[in-house]
Amino acid sequence: MKNVFARSILFLVLAMCTSVAVGQTPNSSMENLMRSNGRIYVVIAVILTILGGLLFYLVRLDRKISRMEKQ
Amino acid sequence: MNKNWWKILSAVLLVYTIVAGLLGPVPALPLLEETIRNLYFHVCMWFAMMILFTVSVVYSIQYLRTLDLRFDIYARHFAVTAIVMGLLGYATGAIWASYTWADPNKPLVNSFSTIARDPKLIGAAIALLVYFAYLILRDAILDIDKRARISAVYNIFAYAILFPAIWILPRILPSLHPGNDGNPALDVKNDISSSMRLVFYPAIIGWTLLGVWITTLKIRLQLLADKKLIA
Repeated sequence: MKNVFARSILFLVLAMCTSVAVGQTPNSSMENLMRSNGRIYVVIAVILTILGGLLFYLVRLDRKISRMEKQ
Repeated sequence: MNKNWWKILSAVLLVYTIVAGLLGPVPALPLLEETIRNLYFHVCMWFAMMILFTVSVVYSIQYLRTLDLRFDIYARHFAVTAIVMGLLGYATGAIWASYTWADPNKPLVNSFSTIARDPKLIGAAIALLVYFAYLILRDAILDIDKRARISAVYNIFAYAILFPAIWILPRILPSLHPGNDGNPALDVKNDISSSMRLVFYPAIIGWTLLGVWITTLKIRLQLLADKKLIA
């Protein structure tokens, strides 16, 4: 349980680092891509983050139930 | 072969649906404009719902043939996930209709009576209410075997009203909802543009598999909880 908590904190910190890093380099190709095409890529990033979070949650539930089934 | 391959397939197809669904080319349609991309999301909810209800009724029939309580649990949980998909389809349809069917010159509320009267919406509401009744009926019966048997029979009747309510009824009445003539979604020649079909069909599979995944998790939990009853 403690391990999971530590991992989630690490994940959050890493996620914040990437957003800060992107913010500091205004001329990078990533930055240009995100701002092109009416910034639709930002929407894609947001939706993919939500989908990723949901799928991650499902995988965790799946593993937890598998563990319960083994007992 | 990893027995979880279809879960990975679901995740991959959903990521593809979102990326290709938002970036891919779509025909420039009047009124609909970019909202036609909702085809990959709103319509897929209903497809997933229909497939999951079909799976549910198959398990109900299996229950009646074998009287194995396991099939009763399968049928119930597939029906619940299908209802959730249907509610999501309804909610997304409400948003979509608000910006395409509603009169843009008047406040949104003024168009409500026209939109709410649409036979496709009423049909979908009937279908969902019939399935709500399925859950209420189930939970009202305390005897486990009686509950399983009655709800399995009811599920077959509910399935019999599902397709008339969402497909046949709206087609014989004037409706704003698309898909009322020909062979909607499956007509290869003149229904959906081929570039959209490349995203639409994988999207249906992806969303349906996601629904199946959620359902299997719920079934496994229920089987654990009812271990003593089933073994």
